Amino acid sequence: MQLPAKMIHSLFLVNSSGDIFLEKHWKSVVSRSVCDYFFEAQERASEPENVPPVIPTPHHYLISVLRHRIYFVAVIQSEVPPLFVIEFLHRVVDTFQDYFGVCTEAAIKDNVVVVYELLEEMLDNGFPLATESNILKELIKPPTILRTVVNTITGSTNVGEQLPTGQLSVVPWRRTGVKYTNNEAYFDVVEEIDAIIDKSGSTITAEIQGVIDACVKLTGMPDLTLSFMNPRLLDDVSFHPCVRFKRWEAERILSFIPPDGNFRLLSYHVSCQNLVAIPVYVKHNITFREGSSQGRFELTLGPKQTMGKGLEAVLISSQLPRGVLNTNLNPSQGTYNFDPVTKLLSWDVGKINPQKLPSLKGSMSLQAGASKPDENPTINIQFKIQQSALSGLKVNRLDMYGEKYKPFKGIKYMTKAGKFQVRT
Amino acid sequence: SCVHNDEVISQQRGNVTMKLLREQATVCCYAFECSSFLTNPITYGYMDGFDSAVQCVTVLYWVCDPQMIARGKNASDLFPAVVKNVACKNIEVKKLVYVYLVRYAEEQQDLALLSISTFQRGLKDPNQLIRASALRVLSSIRVTIIVPIMMLAIKEAASDMSPYVRKTAAHAIPKLYSLDPEQKDCLIEVIEKLLADKTTLVAGSVVMAFEEVCPERIDLIHKNYRKLCNLLIDVEEWGQVVIINMLTRYARTQFLNPNMNVSTTEATAIVKRKPYVMDPDHRLLLRNTKPLLQSRNAAVVMAVAQLYFHLAPKAEVGVIAKALVRLMRSHSEVQYVVLQNVATMSIKRRGMFEPYLKSFYIRSTDPTQIKVLKLEVLTNLANETNISTILREFQTYIKSNDKDFVAATIQAIGRCATNIGEVRDTCLNGLVQLLSNRDELVVAESVVVIKKLLQMQPEQHSDIIKHMAKLTDNIQVPMARASILWLIGEYCEHVPKIAPDVLRKMAKTFTNEEDIVKLQIINLAAKLYLTNSKQTKLLTQYVLNLAKYDQNYDIRDRARFIRQLIVPTDKSGALSKYAKKLFLALKPAPVLESPFKDRDHFQLGSLSHLLNAKAGGYQVLPDWPEAAPDPSVRNVEVKESVQTYPLHPPASDTASGSESGSGSEESGSGSESEESNEESESASEEDEEEEGKKKKKNVEKIKARKPVPESESDSQPNTIASVQVFDTICKPAWLYMQFLLNPPLPVSVPQTIIPSGNLKTYELLHRITGEGLSVEYCFSRQPFSPDPHMVAVKIQFTNSATSEAKSLHVEDAKLQSGMRIKEFPEIEVLPAGETISVVMGIDFCDSTQAANFQLCTHTRKFFVSIQPPVGELMMPIFMTENEFKKEQGQLMGMNEITEKLTLEEKCQGEHAVVQRVTTAANLSRVPCGSDKECRFAGKTVTSGSLVLVSVVTKEDGAAQLTVNCEKMVIGTMLVKDIHQALTQ
Repeated sequence: MQLPAKMIHSLFLVNSSGDIFLEKHWKSVVSRSVCDYFFEAQERASEPENVPPVIPTPHHYLISVLRHRIYFVAVIQSEVPPLFVIEFLHRVVDTFQDYFGVCTEAAIKDNVVVVYELLEEMLDNGFPLATESNILKELIKPPTILRTVVNTITGSTNVGEQLPTGQLSVVPWRRTGVKYTNNEAYFDVVEEIDAIIDKSGSTITAEIQGVIDACVKLTGMPDLTLSFMNPRLLDDVSFHPCVRFKRWEAERILSFIPPDGNFRLLSYHVSCQNLVAIPVYVKHNITFREGSSQGRFELTLGPKQTMGKGLEAVLISSQLPRGVLNTNLNPSQGTYNFDPVTKLLSWDVGKINPQKLPSLKGSMSLQAGASKPDENPTINIQFKIQQSALSGLKVNRLDMYGEKYKPFKGIKYMTKAGKFQVRT
Repeated sequence: SCVHNDEVISQQRGNVTMKLLREQATVCCYAFECSSFLTNPITYGYMDGFDSAVQCVTVLYWVCDPQMIARGKNASDLFPAVVKNVACKNIEVKKLVYVYLVRYAEEQQDLALLSISTFQRGLKDPNQLIRASALRVLSSIRVTIIVPIMMLAIKEAASDMSPYVRKTAAHAIPKLYSLDPEQKDCLIEVIEKLLADKTTLVAGSVVMAFEEVCPERIDLIHKNYRKLCNLLIDVEEWGQVVIINMLTRYARTQFLNPNMNVSTTEATAIVKRKPYVMDPDHRLLLRNTKPLLQSRNAAVVMAVAQLYFHLAPKAEVGVIAKALVRLMRSHSEVQYVVLQNVATMSIKRRGMFEPYLKSFYIRSTDPTQIKVLKLEVLTNLANETNISTILREFQTYIKSNDKDFVAATIQAIGRCATNIGEVRDTCLNGLVQLLSNRDELVVAESVVVIKKLLQMQPEQHSDIIKHMAKLTDNIQVPMARASILWLIGEYCEHVPKIAPDVLRKMAKTFTNEEDIVKLQIINLAAKLYLTNSKQTKLLTQYVLNLAKYDQNYDIRDRARFIRQLIVPTDKSGALSKYAKKLFLALKPAPVLESPFKDRDHFQLGSLSHLLNAKAGGYQVLPDWPEAAPDPSVRNVEVKESVQTYPLHPPASDTASGSESGSGSEESGSGSESEESNEESESASEEDEEEEGKKKKKNVEKIKARKPVPESESDSQPNTIASVQVFDTICKPAWLYMQFLLNPPLPVSVPQTIIPSGNLKTYELLHRITGEGLSVEYCFSRQPFSPDPHMVAVKIQFTNSATSEAKSLHVEDAKLQSGMRIKEFPEIEVLPAGETISVVMGIDFCDSTQAANFQLCTHTRKFFVSIQPPVGELMMPIFMTENEFKKEQGQLMGMNEITEKLTLEEKCQGEHAVVQRVTTAANLSRVPCGSDKECRFAGKTVTSGSLVLVSVVTKEDGAAQLTVNCEKMVIGTMLVKDIHQALTQ
């Protein structure tokens, strides 16, 4: 009698052309024909991201995530929280990215042995076992160019010779015996602003999503505390497991023994709309006239509420209506590109100089005889503001206990556009 | 050099072959090459030729690669060659052999058995990691013959000393169960045993095993319920999900519905119910899961959210909304699942998500499936106050290029209009405008929705019906045409002139229409015939004749039926009298319902909920019981009763005068330790000046109050560096060290013998902060009898105020999860100028985290915290030299920490070393043959892990300190503390 086994049974990796290029089974082998149901769903979906994440089939359920144009399709046999599987699959992708720098089909194929080794360690009988990057790296060393060369010469392998200890310690996210000659701790406060701006320029919704990414290279078992000047700003937070929650609750101080290397310490949310200053404005005039085969297109960008910091790496993209055949536009700076097939307009603006506002003006040629498009295009904006966190969040101080040396500490702030849309 | 050359050559050859192999693995000669490679390296001294490791790995990888298998390259014939490598020392080779073994063992059962002995040996290895991995692979081999061996291995591993091995045992349980379900009873025993485990490492895995093997045995959870709640926050994230889901089910069977009174106030107002009081265990679960809403893991957040949705009182469910909205920022797959659940929740608890309305606004870049779900949520959230904002949003959406989304928006508008009467007309007008949209799909969808809306109040809208009648000329979508025809037929009295004309046009095109349209044409014809037979009699007959010869039998059938009913003939029965009533009865307006309505009978967050169908293995979420089952089943037997609490005889110090009523409130560890609190002037000299002054003052105070019996031993000045007290109130305590020469006694000795008095005292509450009440504490180093897993902390209150302090007690302990406090009994009165000592127990969980709590008097509350030096987390045990050596041998590798040090001048000599080590840590001395070595042994108080310390002295004060402890953090910290004690 075969009982329905819980959790993840098998994993298939499918590339954008619909080929299964890797499969891994944790229990008995499931025929790859099970993926036919997935391919059917894929065909039905108009866009790659519209494939339903959960697909029931007669004997299995397929749960998939799409990242880097690769579908990671997990096969399960019975009830399991779908988010459990989805979260795990994303963790797998993150791990691959961490190990190989990129998570592409080529990278996975090049490192196929490491991939198998990783998958073998990450799940036991379909249940997650070691998903912490610090532990995995003790078990399986990530490939580097240097190590590949060394391995070829000496014939040694990627598998750690030392038995891992992280799983056994009370701080399972940190490997033991860490040693550095330069002890450094860097923290990046990165805020993304999500906004929808309506036709008239008023804000419909705006929120800030922030993260603090850390790169900590400290010897031994350092115990860090990080405090903010204005912790009340943080509306909703989620922590890396290393953060002591009770300390945060009581004192609004982040106290933690960090993992070694790169990790995301904290993500937070600032939603109070009044607090969200919109750093950029767009003046637009996009018109299609009924019966005419020409349309006008005018766009001007300008900075607003940037606290004296410059807007950089500004990139405008917009999906123009299907009826637009081509565009004839003049950018005052930067380069623009229109793809007549996908109708995607993109304008790489670069820096915005407040004295000379960048603009993109010209005409669009429309399909002759076609009627005027219903909708004006939505404009997506990307930008960066260095050395500033838009919410005003400021780190007050970082202290270290438990070790004697003096670490080098660094904190960097940055603001980026997240899903920033202007409706026209 | 000759050898060297050989090596280089063979190495190069290895590399070339490796490359070749990788490239040519698909070539058919592959199997042959493999077998020669696999056997050769082993027989010809694979161990010393490093190039062959690479070959081995490469070959093994290809052997294990499922793609090879998919191409028909079954590698099972290589089994003997591969399995030999199981004994190989190279870990990568070993691992790949494991992978291969697990994959092919079922096909090659006999040969698989050859490898079993290797694993059996591994199960006995002194290294816990090797024991664990041996069990992991052994339990993955799906060969029925070895079931007894697996069972035995699991049982043994379940009582292994290492929690990691026990975790692996828990993982192995479901594997064995799926191989042989007959073993269920035996496995349940193991599960029961592991459920009682106190470590976070094991908790998640064993609950997983429980869920797979015996989810119906809810009784196994009772005794472990509180522990699971308390451990939860420290369990790894995947385990948290499993535990939370299980506890949700558990709570539904054990507690009463917290919303019982709310939902039944009106219905059963007459029946007086007992007022609802939440079971403290129910509260415990809610309280301990709440912080996990802050987890970075979406699955954990969802698990807590569903727990709150299913278990919390209505007023408290709101907290989950914020966390769920946060998840919507995550990957689109996460969004998809979260939105499905939010959609279900927002029907039941609309208010919860209303503040986050804007977070559900749709962006043009969202995938369609996300857009549609967001729309669903927005519709569910619509009410009188926000509808105008929502409709304005909807207007933007209708212009979208994504037509599926536009159609869904129109449906959503329809639903808003039916639910909220005030906006019905606005919506209707908006939809009518859409009828002139250029896109046919948009028009069609609008027609369908308008039809439903019009049914609610048709009289007022004859012009809309007229407008729609005109659409029949253009619109081709069958559903829309059918809807229009139905409308005209139903309300033909409102449009008496147009209706016959529409029928005329339809009769013309009848043969080319879709089936649903044909049925509606027949319908229209019948209704017109009944109301306006003069104009439409012929038309109707014509239509019915066409239908009579239709290809579709439904249509033929319908035509025959209707003809009989409406056209009076001599044969027509009684029914035709009622034809008008049958056709033109007032029809109830349709209710536009959310597809997510009532989906919450599935546990939220589950696969079954997402699919709205029961998935295999789904455990139904039970309904709340009518009456709560006995809550005492969750009580854990701890020998705790207030009477037996302080076992020590009342101290014969000054405090005895303050005893009020129960002598048991007063406890202390005897006068010896009292004395140790006393101070010699030198103690403060090394402290910072300011600090020192304060302390001196304090000291003088103490002295003035109580004469100091001269201590016999030398007092040693000490710095405070080794004591870290994170509490804001605590100033670094002044420390005294008095060294008594007798070594600490092993626990086996009855506790009436009190260990040496060399105890440090720490300040818990300063006299000034405490407004006259000063509190000090020390670790009395005595077993805490009510609970042997707690560290005894002796607390001494001194009331130097002018008035008496009343009802001194502990409140509101804020503890790291797993930590526990056994409070001292309340002190009713402490008269001015008096001192009293009590003992409390703290289970620090073998960590040096501070225990924070409030110390309360009748007027004030003080936040205080006790942080133990690592040396106080252990208790001495007695051991012989041989036992010590044996245990030390088991704790090698990463469990051993060695440090070289130079002993301080005064500390050279066995005597001094023993003194300082036993002061720094609560250990007992182990006899030793050599006078160059001192050994100490103890075990941690909570988990009983061994702590072994040895100090080997060499010439010139050089020494080597070795600490062996399974808990590496404790080991590391202990090395530091002892190192400091010996060198300063």
